Amino acid sequence: MFEVTPRRKVYDVCIIGSGAGGGTAAKVLTEGGLSVVMIEAGPRLDPERDFKEHVWPYQLPHRGAGIGGLGKNFGEFLAPNGFWEIDGEPYTTAPGSSFRWFRSRIEGGRTNHWGRIALRFGPADFRPHSTDGMGDDWPITYDELAPYYDKVESYIGVFGTKENVPNAPDGVFLPPPKARCTETIVKKACDQLHITCIPSRLAILTKPLNGRDACHYCAQCGRGCRSASNFSSSQVMIPPAAATGRFTMIANAMARELILGDSGKVEAISYVDKATKSEQRIYAKAVIVAASACESARLLLNSRSASFPNGIANSSGVVGRYLTDSVGSDLAGYFPQLQNFPAHNHDGVGGMHMYMPWWLFGKQNEFLRGYHIEFGGGRDMPGVGNFDRVCEEHEGYGVSLKQKCRSSYGTVIGFSGRGEMIPNPNCYCDIDPAVKDQWGIPVLRFHWQWAENELKMAAHMQTTFRSIIEAGGGTVIAGTRRHPRIESDAAPPSNAPPQNPGVHIAQGGEIIHELGTVRMGNDPKTSALNSNCQAHDVKNLFVADAAPFVSNPDKNPTLSIMALSWRTSEYLLDQAKKREL
Amino acid sequence: MHADSVSRRAVLKSLSLGVVAGSVLRVIPLQAAESAHTMIEAEKTATGAYTPKFFSAADYRTLQSLCDTIFPADADSGGAVDAGAPEFIDLITSENTGYQAQLGPGIPWLNTTCTGRYGKAYLDCTAQQQTEILDRIAWRKNATGDPSLVSAVDSFALLRNMTADGFFTSKIGIKYLGYKGNTYLTEFPGCPPVPGI
Repeated sequence: MFEVTPRRKVYDVCIIGSGAGGGTAAKVLTEGGLSVVMIEAGPRLDPERDFKEHVWPYQLPHRGAGIGGLGKNFGEFLAPNGFWEIDGEPYTTAPGSSFRWFRSRIEGGRTNHWGRIALRFGPADFRPHSTDGMGDDWPITYDELAPYYDKVESYIGVFGTKENVPNAPDGVFLPPPKARCTETIVKKACDQLHITCIPSRLAILTKPLNGRDACHYCAQCGRGCRSASNFSSSQVMIPPAAATGRFTMIANAMARELILGDSGKVEAISYVDKATKSEQRIYAKAVIVAASACESARLLLNSRSASFPNGIANSSGVVGRYLTDSVGSDLAGYFPQLQNFPAHNHDGVGGMHMYMPWWLFGKQNEFLRGYHIEFGGGRDMPGVGNFDRVCEEHEGYGVSLKQKCRSSYGTVIGFSGRGEMIPNPNCYCDIDPAVKDQWGIPVLRFHWQWAENELKMAAHMQTTFRSIIEAGGGTVIAGTRRHPRIESDAAPPSNAPPQNPGVHIAQGGEIIHELGTVRMGNDPKTSALNSNCQAHDVKNLFVADAAPFVSNPDKNPTLSIMALSWRTSEYLLDQAKKREL
Repeated sequence: MHADSVSRRAVLKSLSLGVVAGSVLRVIPLQAAESAHTMIEAEKTATGAYTPKFFSAADYRTLQSLCDTIFPADADSGGAVDAGAPEFIDLITSENTGYQAQLGPGIPWLNTTCTGRYGKAYLDCTAQQQTEILDRIAWRKNATGDPSLVSAVDSFALLRNMTADGFFTSKIGIKYLGYKGNTYLTEFPGCPPVPGI
């Protein structure tokens, strides 16, 4: 008698993570004929069940604030799910560092609720070292990525206008929506100040596209959109992959380790099935890690073997290094003229209709690189926390307070700068030697220190916001819109002491543009991935989130994640055709 | 066709048909999504009497009174109790130790102070007495000269913020403000013209 071992299933490609990068890879690879298995640390998404689109605050017991109120979570309207803290899945910060790591455990990841800001990086953004001597150049140029930006925009739909702004390339655009009153006021102020203010570029459909309905202008993109009129990986990338019949999704699967085979390639992916807490394995000819920059670095660092004692594909030692986030700073202004507008529907799309790209490119400035400005406010759907400021200014109680709240409703515009951080040696993540998560997987430890350039940039943002507010006839309001209750809430979001007193700069990780931790480059000594996002050390290992990025321009990373993932996937398809995998 | 005339079953059927028909994207047709939304509202059943989770029954009655004093009914709308603010405040406070620490001592302070001054708990005081005591804690400047008022002023300030949250996120509060959105538009009209702006 002999035992028959069932032949184990070997997929062509295993993708770890279902967000912007993983979803794009799944679509391109399955449509190219490969069999793909995707593992996702969170559950499947069901828009009908999970989205709170069009729900009024009074239909929810917490009125949208979520359990425990503001500052304890990301609010209960938001498309599931994500926050800087996840029960049972901690991370640590090194002494003297503060960093907040946002994670989303759900099919589609952060693309379910992201800001839909879809900006191309510009030619100079790929050549930062050549431009100003800081950081490093990418191993690819804008021209090499541009055709993939075209493909992504044509497929997902991005509105915008052709503007020829230096280093902010135009794309394949749908028409933009009309300006709101708040935007009309800010545009006038910017014109006076010679600050470029143009229609924003968001991945929201103003015309039907590829089987999806056009936007219906409820301003609730962040809640998820049942008609998928905005872009999310879960609704726009995963379904076409599934339709090929070559796609398998394993949900609630937390990747633990990449297992190196005798051939020097990844042979299997070990994961924890969260439902049974059991260890499982998947076999694939190639692996694409797209778990989000820091999670991807963590997975590589935790995949140790005799060949790679410091983590798989990390002979260079760069995995976890070069961590950056966007420089963030906020300021709000009160604009009394907004009181004079009649009650009207101000919703529009979920996000700004106009924005300010970096308008001083190529000029001599007191800091390197640049930032763009996002802004919002006006007669939005009333929400928890919106009236803190007027209550605190007016004080008292009674009908006069009520009337003051009404007359000041919709009169505040908040400005947020999002700027480029230059990688520095003090910002990185490594494996905490002592702490493990609830699945027994060693956790990340963050090291963080803003450098002088970022502090100068944040100070410049504040000066600019102030001048726009004043030119627009407004007055500056102390405090920020992001944490409206930080003064009165007894438990602020972080217990870390302020590290940069006097400078309004967000903590590292708060802008949720963390990237660079498995960077690409031509030199295997100073980079983990080659110009195709393929590991120098391990030929069947690819990374397809923001971890490969060599710099963190002031343009939000999602569109570039997708363009780069599309390019990586086409390379992988080509390798498969040549039987190189 | 009016959205209300579509039954939930019919909507769910059309949703599943969309899937069967092979729509590549996980999209719910706009009309069905709109109808599903209308039904969420229609199906919301009237809530019965609320049982406080954090406040004692007596303190909760005082909370209700305070909420209606902060945002009273007037010619334009109902007040904070009509808006369901006390339920919201009690629920959030029951989940947040920071709020508990700041808000919790407020009502006992009010009762102790009223009893000391007027020989009665806050709710049993006359309207004039209630106004007198609230006027001491409704302004921060009062606490700068009298440190014994700091905690009561803080407590009232948080209650005022939370009452505003509860009132302005209610149906009547939203109507009072004149918010016009959360609808389905085929075109966004932009900013209405206002002379001089």
